[in-house]
Order: sequence, then C-alpha cells, then structure tokens
Amino acid sequence: MFKTYSYPKFPYIQSEEQKSSQVRRHKLVIVGAGPIGLTAALDAAAHNIPCVVLDDNDTVSVGSRAVCYAKRPLEVWDRLNVGERMVAKGVGWKLGKVFFKDRLSYQFDLLPEDDNKMPAMINLQQYYLEEYMVDEIGRLPQVDLRWKHKLMAIEQRNDHAVLTVETPDGVFTMEADWVLACDGANSDVRSMVGAQFTGQFFQDRFLIADVIMKAEYPTERWFWFDPPFHPNQSVLLHRQPDDVWRIDFQLGWDADANEEKKPEKIIPRVKAMLGDDREFELEWASVYQFACRRIDDFRYGRVLFAGDSAHQVSPFGARGANTGVQDIDNLIWKLKLVIEGDAPITLIDSYNEERAFAADDNLLNSTRATDFITPKSASSRLYRDATLQLAEDPDAEFARKLVNSGRLSMPTPYVHSSLNTQDEDVFGGGMHPGTNCADAPVKVQGKDAWFLNQIGGQFTLLSFGTAPVESVAHGRVSAKVLQVGRDIADEKGILAARYDAAPGTTYLIRPDQHVAARWRGFDETKIARALARAVAA
Amino acid sequence: MSLNLNSNIADPDAFYKELIDSQRGMDDAQAAMMNCKLVLLLANHIGDREVIREALKRAGGAV
Repeated sequence: MFKTYSYPKFPYIQSEEQKSSQVRRHKLVIVGAGPIGLTAALDAAAHNIPCVVLDDNDTVSVGSRAVCYAKRPLEVWDRLNVGERMVAKGVGWKLGKVFFKDRLSYQFDLLPEDDNKMPAMINLQQYYLEEYMVDEIGRLPQVDLRWKHKLMAIEQRNDHAVLTVETPDGVFTMEADWVLACDGANSDVRSMVGAQFTGQFFQDRFLIADVIMKAEYPTERWFWFDPPFHPNQSVLLHRQPDDVWRIDFQLGWDADANEEKKPEKIIPRVKAMLGDDREFELEWASVYQFACRRIDDFRYGRVLFAGDSAHQVSPFGARGANTGVQDIDNLIWKLKLVIEGDAPITLIDSYNEERAFAADDNLLNSTRATDFITPKSASSRLYRDATLQLAEDPDAEFARKLVNSGRLSMPTPYVHSSLNTQDEDVFGGGMHPGTNCADAPVKVQGKDAWFLNQIGGQFTLLSFGTAPVESVAHGRVSAKVLQVGRDIADEKGILAARYDAAPGTTYLIRPDQHVAARWRGFDETKIARALARAVAA
Repeated sequence: MSLNLNSNIADPDAFYKELIDSQRGMDDAQAAMMNCKLVLLLANHIGDREVIREALKRAGGAV
C-alpha cells in the first residue's frame, strides 16, 4: 500500500532541557502535531509567541483521513502562508450528485462566489496538508517541533501547568503557561484534566477505501443512497490528487471491523461498484465508527482544547478538521494579548463562548445529516426514502432541499458574542458583527491583490472614507487604519458592495478577520469603546 | 396562524373516500410510503412551522 506517497520520517532530537534536567517554563506547549496542532504552531509563530509542539509519533497522518477542506480554513492557512500550496496540489470541486438506488436523485452546486481568492472546497490527502505545514514550521524560529515526545501527565498550578513527557531518552518535566491540547478525539489530555466529553454515539460502521485508478469520472462528489452495488447502505466517492479516489462504504451496525479491513473483503466491494473490468489498486483502508460530542468547557485552567479533542462530528459535511482550524484562528490572537498582558484573562473565556457555539452548530448539522443517512427506525427510513423518491420529480424542489447527504462546512458567525458591538446604524448584506470577513479583489500600489491578504493578525479599521487618524487604541491594543482609495483600491466596487459601504463607512476587524463593529462614520470614541469590548476589557 | 380544526374541506365524505380509494390495491409497504410522501407534500404546502408543530402534537407526536 501507499504507492503514491512516501512518508517522511522526522528525526527525534533530545531537547536541551531534557539533557540538562533543568525545568524550563514555556509560554505555550501544543500537544499533538496533527492538522490542528500544526495550524496552532503556525499561528503562534505569526503572533510571535514562542511555542513547543509535542507529538508522540514521527511522521504525518497515516492514510488520507480528512480529505475535504473548505474556503474559510483555506483562508486561515493562507494567512499563515501555506494555503496557496494546498490549493495548488488539491483538487477543486463544486458539483455534488446524489443517487438513490440506480438513479440520479438530484445534484447541487456549491456555487462558489466569484472574486474570492480561495475556492469553495478542495480535496487533499491529510498527509500533504501536514507535510506542507511541517515544511513551513521549519522556517519559523518561534516553533520547536519535537517528535517522539509523549505527554504522560499534567498537573495544574495557579498560573501554569507542569507536564511529564516521555521520549526515547526517558522521562522529563517541563512547565507551560498555557497548554493547547490538539491530541484528537481520543485526547489523553482531556482525560488527564477530567473533562466531560458527551454526546451521541452512532452504531454504524463505515469503511474508507482509497483506490488508485485512472478514471474519466468528473471531479464531483457522488453520494449513493441504497445503490444496487451496495444495497441498503450509503456510498460516497470523492477524488483526491495523484489519481487516488476515496470510497466510503456504510457497513451497518454489526460489521466486523477487522474482517472488513482485509483486502479480500474490500476488493470485491470496490469491483462491484466500479464494474469488473476497471483496473485499480488499493492504497489505504480503514474502518471507523463515530460519535457527535463536545467537551463541556474548552478551557480547564491553563489547558485549552481545540479540534477533535474539543468536539467530534460525523464525517458528513467535512466539519472535523475544518472547524478545528477555525478554533485556532479564534484562539491564538486572544492568547497573544493575554500573554502580553494587553487583555484580561477573561478574553480567553470568549474562546469557549464563541467556539462552543460554533461546535454546537456543527454538531447539530452533523447529527442531522447522520440521521438522514443512517435512519434509526423503519419509519425514519421510510421518510428518508420518500424524500429521495420525491426529489426525483423535477417539480419537487422542496424535496431536494430535504435531502441531506451532509451540509458542507460553512463558518458559524458569532452573532451573539460578547465581543461584538451591536449595530447602531442600518446595514444591508451579510457582514454582521461576529461574521468572518468576505474577500474581494483589490489593488495595492497598482498591483492585483486580495483584501483578506491585507488584514489579519492585528486589529484593522477598514475605512471607506478619509480617516482623521492613522490608528485608534485601547491601552496597548491598537487598530490600524486601512483606507480604501489610499491603501487599497476597490476598482470594481466589489469590496464596497460586499460590506454595504457608503463613503465614511468604517469596520473594526479582529485579528482573526471577523467583524467586531461597524458604523456609517468614523467616531474615535465609539471605535475605542468597541475595541475595548473586543478584547473583553 | 394556528392549526385549523374546523371543517375546512367541502364535501367531507367525498374527500374521505378519495383518500381511502387512493390507496386501493396497495400493500402495507406501498401505502406507508405513499403516506410519508403525502405528509411531506402537505407539510411543505403549509410551510408554517408553528402550524406543522401543532399538527404533530395533535397527531400524538412526541413534540
């Protein structure tokens, strides 16, 4: 197996602190070098927070695993200088087809909006994604990425945590002001701090088979309910780079995982699906079960949780890694301000407030899709099949809206966040406080550029009029003016249209490219107040 | 708006017969499938979630 990818083996290096047995205090220790931990390290470096990443392994993700990456995480990765490489390697797709038995039931178009730098969705094997991030980390002096470092225990103190870590050279102790647990759905850190992780378990087992084949199929997402080649179950087909195709078979409740993983079991399934004569090779296979659950609090003292360690969703809708990246986007700038003493520690609690809200939204969507795909009773199955039959009628648009083969990951706006300043002026369009910023093509010094590449990392005042000052501050936190018509040119008017801007319109934008407040004019007092609110001061 | 529980169909006997006759010759599985489609079609026609929720309750649903 693994004909298309050779796994890097990263060297284990004994750290100076283990060698010298001198306990060192670190500002941030990240546990786990998966997609979320690596994103956290990149974002920490972007904010100039020195960090140590501990991973008990010494390579990237074994198997393609998470495969679909949505626009918002790609925008976050682009802020961290790895997004373009992912998009260049990834396979873009926008059309999804849903089949019921042997017929096309309906199709959907992700309808990517024009004039965005990042595509609506790409498919890319998780190992590439991780490899690109590890490469980038190699260029960043702020990140100390340590392979073959396994966290054994955590002890919480008032203002730091004490970590016991095992390496091939034995056990040593380190201290951290903050610990960020990115150690996945089976998080050891979560059990070490005694956090609750509750929700709904699903009985169905699924088989993932990655096969290599030359196929002329279009680059689309194909989903079958009850197909003739796999009766009573669902199947998903997705294209990845390198002529690798992901096939996901629902196996039912009583499938034997070890048995189903065997090539002699998998190959006939794939043959039945593709037709006997097509040549393919099996690249990777895995049998999984899932749950929809979330941690009770994203913060336990000095330990923070992000990604699957904080919330686990079904794979339908590509909400796992995608939402984890947005956890990081939300957290790291807050951590920076708190570490620097520029914001109160309560700013960290807004991380739980905003991302638990987003996790609940994801869990809701994920659970609904799962219930549609794997009905739990004869009656719910009947309704599901009735919906699919009605959906074939070209006139029955309503039924197609009910078909749920996974609602694809969209960012959850923090509409109720305590960091938002509510509108006092009237605005049209979708850029409400708490929403992630829309992208738009702009020009910078006469050259084509993207709006999102001009913001992020710090607070920005996007001004559609002549701003009377260059920045507005609250304490040591400052928001720098980005003036349309001076710093950036909006020649096509797309930026103004997306932000419903008139001359004088001003947006206060957070370091994670989310709207904190907006007005029809530029009032320094109001801006300073909104800025204070956005840092929980 | 709330769920209309007054008689709202002209010639109720004829409607009832039409409903029953529409499933003539069907076995239980076919009739059950048709009933599901009917519920979905009518619920979409009503559209108002409050009215639909009240109907779910009146029908003995766990709402």
